[in-house]
Amino acid sequence: MASKTKRVIPGTTIFDGDMARKGYALNKMCYSFNSEENRQEFLADPAAYCDKFALNDEQKKAVLSLQVLDMLAAGGNAYFIAKLGGIYKLDMQDVGAQQTGVTKEEFMAKLVEAGRN
Amino acid sequence: MAKIVGGICTTHVPYIGRAIAKNLQQDPYWKPFFDGFPPIHAWLDQVKPDVAVVVYNDHGLNFFLDKMPTFSIGAAPEYHHADEGWGIPTTGSFMGDQDLSWHMIDSLIEDEFDLTTCQEMLVDHAFTIPIDLLLPNRQAGSIRTVPVCQNTVQFPLPSAKRCLAFGRAIRKAIESWDSDARVVVLGTGGLSHQLDGERAGFINKKFDLEFMDKLVSEPDWVSQYSIPDIVELTGTQGVELLNWVTCRGVLGDKVKIVHSNYHIPISNTAAGTLAMESI
Repeated sequence: MASKTKRVIPGTTIFDGDMARKGYALNKMCYSFNSEENRQEFLADPAAYCDKFALNDEQKKAVLSLQVLDMLAAGGNAYFIAKLGGIYKLDMQDVGAQQTGVTKEEFMAKLVEAGRN
Repeated sequence: MAKIVGGICTTHVPYIGRAIAKNLQQDPYWKPFFDGFPPIHAWLDQVKPDVAVVVYNDHGLNFFLDKMPTFSIGAAPEYHHADEGWGIPTTGSFMGDQDLSWHMIDSLIEDEFDLTTCQEMLVDHAFTIPIDLLLPNRQAGSIRTVPVCQNTVQFPLPSAKRCLAFGRAIRKAIESWDSDARVVVLGTGGLSHQLDGERAGFINKKFDLEFMDKLVSEPDWVSQYSIPDIVELTGTQGVELLNWVTCRGVLGDKVKIVHSNYHIPISNTAAGTLAMESI
């Protein structure tokens, strides 16, 4: 395989071929959440639903603990993880706050501040 | 021959769908965003488009990662929205224009843009919300549409240079269509935002405003930036500005601004809107 030099952008993962391969099972499970029937099946037994899609241990642990950064590290794509977040009624400010280690109010204040600069 | 009346670029944050459904246009949070639209509604009333060619990116409704075309186009008699999993309202359906779709497919592939053709295609919020913003109260059901979907989900993505060339080829296709139809082009998404990672919440007002300015006066300016450059400057989802770039390509060399608006934040996003007319 040809060696690849990847661009490093702090705090940012480029969802490239390596991540798409790594996260395929996790993203496929999250894609299934476009159906209400599947969302309910997941909620009834999250661990069993992860097993049905053959998530590896890292992915399953990240999903069951709802840790977004861990899901990303396990190959999750932001848009598909958001479908899992939707099941728990988490919006993008909840998810942003969790990833950046601040409260939701602090995260929202930071967004407003970005408009003033 | 068909006439291109102009183009409109606007953000497509999913929660706008909920705000429309709940009539929150005058709510203090939403007003600075929705106030960007009445001047564009007035312009649309004058130019009276029959067809909208909508350049957008799918977010895991029609395309999963099992098959991910870089450029794809709808060729269906109608298009439906569906459950996207994150709890936004599902809208009514949209009419297609199969004659224009197939004319574009023929012309674009002859021009070496080998896109994927879709005779069935679900359209997600990135398609439905901008149309509902521009044609409120389900007037959206009265305009014919052609969805043009660009991959901004799984890297590598098409370069800004390629998107601009794609847009210019779409212009050639529309202008050679034997029809008296009036066509408006939409480019949806952006501007700067990042949903994922420790840099979540990243917004770059300075770059966005320069991008909007250059898109009007000097569209090739953005071609100097690689895709990783654009991610660094605008965020992992800010890269959706590629849809604006393609839309701009459709409008030809010189354009004038009909109306523009820029507001931070809507959800985690810098919400830009830019309507342009070819001159």
